[in-house]
Amino acid sequence: MRWFENNTDKVVDLLLSHVWLSVVPIVLGFVIAVPIGWYANRHPRVRGVLLTMAGVLYTVPSLALFLILPSIIGTGFLDPLNVVVALTMYAVAIMARSASDAFGSVSPGVLDAATAAGFAPAGRAFQVELPLAGPVLVAGLRVVAVSTVSLVSVGALTGVNNLGSLFTEGYRTDNDAEILVGVIGIVALALVFDGLIVLAGRLLLPWSRSSRSTTRSPVSPIMSFAQHLRGGRV
Amino acid sequence: MIEYRSIGKTFADGTEAVGDFSLVLPSRTTTVFVGSSGCGKTTLLRMVNRMVDPSRGQVLIDDVDIATRNRVELRRSIGYVMQNAGLLPHRKVIDNVATVLRLNGVGKKEARDRSYAVLETVGLDTSLATKYPSQLSGGQQQRVGVARGLVSDPNILLMDEPFGAVDPIVREELQTELLRLQRDLDKTIVFVTHDIDEAFLLGDQVVILKKGGEVAQVGSPADILAAPADDFVRSFVGIDKGSRTLHVEERDGVRVVVDGTGKATGVLESS
Repeated sequence: MRWFENNTDKVVDLLLSHVWLSVVPIVLGFVIAVPIGWYANRHPRVRGVLLTMAGVLYTVPSLALFLILPSIIGTGFLDPLNVVVALTMYAVAIMARSASDAFGSVSPGVLDAATAAGFAPAGRAFQVELPLAGPVLVAGLRVVAVSTVSLVSVGALTGVNNLGSLFTEGYRTDNDAEILVGVIGIVALALVFDGLIVLAGRLLLPWSRSSRSTTRSPVSPIMSFAQHLRGGRV
Repeated sequence: MIEYRSIGKTFADGTEAVGDFSLVLPSRTTTVFVGSSGCGKTTLLRMVNRMVDPSRGQVLIDDVDIATRNRVELRRSIGYVMQNAGLLPHRKVIDNVATVLRLNGVGKKEARDRSYAVLETVGLDTSLATKYPSQLSGGQQQRVGVARGLVSDPNILLMDEPFGAVDPIVREELQTELLRLQRDLDKTIVFVTHDIDEAFLLGDQVVILKKGGEVAQVGSPADILAAPADDFVRSFVGIDKGSRTLHVEERDGVRVVVDGTGKATGVLESS
């Protein structure tokens, strides 16, 4: 671990840029996907089209997307914006389906009662549907968070610096310690993000624990993370 | 006063829930729609707060056609209690009750105070106020549902099989409670049930419905028992089964009331 001690500043810099490159797509992806999911859930016909599009989008390899984007949105090849935009698209692709399921999980009886009590449509959407979709939204967001944290590292291949740069550099210089620091850093970051989301969910949705003992995500975030590490997405 | 004028309802898929229905529901009385499933009773109830709009005809409240009223505001002015209470699972009991007041623009503090008061009115321990609905029993949830329906002191209270999902003992308690409340509050109540005993217990005016909202008979429970309109009504209220036809037998000088099946149901006291 002497390598780490000698390069702490560099690792911290890379960590910070990794955090930044992850947080923006996660937040943007969530904010964009929730209304899409809400709309898709209300319109079954649109739902199929939207979710198929999202699924197809998700099959485009990330490296290819990083390289194609500059010619589409007019950025430079080394611009971190490419990574942010691409990962936001992936985040939307995963999250839209989760969000649609989340709104679908809200009991029709409760919505009916809310309407009968005199909620206007917008009030009902924000004060009833959104919070009640919360537990499933949180589960979806956890998957998005770990998947984004792991995908950011692919950006290193296009010259956007982040913890993934420790892989490329360590591979080039045959430095196992450097690669190991990169792996540990990314796993730790993913776990921190996951923990923060779970914590935020508990604080924002105190009622959900009184009705169900655990909120389980449809796909275990760690499993999907492991898949990415195996290179499934590169 | 609520008035249905030649109401009809055909749903988008072509099913006719109500054919041609007209009725006046007098103010400050309880009208019960009773019938088997598919008789349109819930559809008729939900027309009063525009949860369902009729395809034909008009619904009037105090001589105003409600089609001319904003549906959200109309709903806020009418209490609604449904089966399974329909409470918002993410809000505490007290906030569930206060919701209706807050929607009506009542301040936070006043809404809370009034909600606590109405919880007591419906016989709920105020220590339950800070619990979430899922932490309450079915009967308690239903009381919260009634509290929510009453909290804004509406003139009209709609109750859609409110006691259908609770066990018989709790149901009886809630029915008694509702009768007591109605004595004090004098609301215009529209109540839907498939249980004829509940209908006779709670209703000033009972409306027995056949398929498609066709009225089999309208009247007070006594009127219907005294002169059932046809065989359908006779069978629906259970006269043909014998449980409603009572006679008196003398046992050791006491007059015992016995039903048509030979089962003793009570003792007749001399007035």
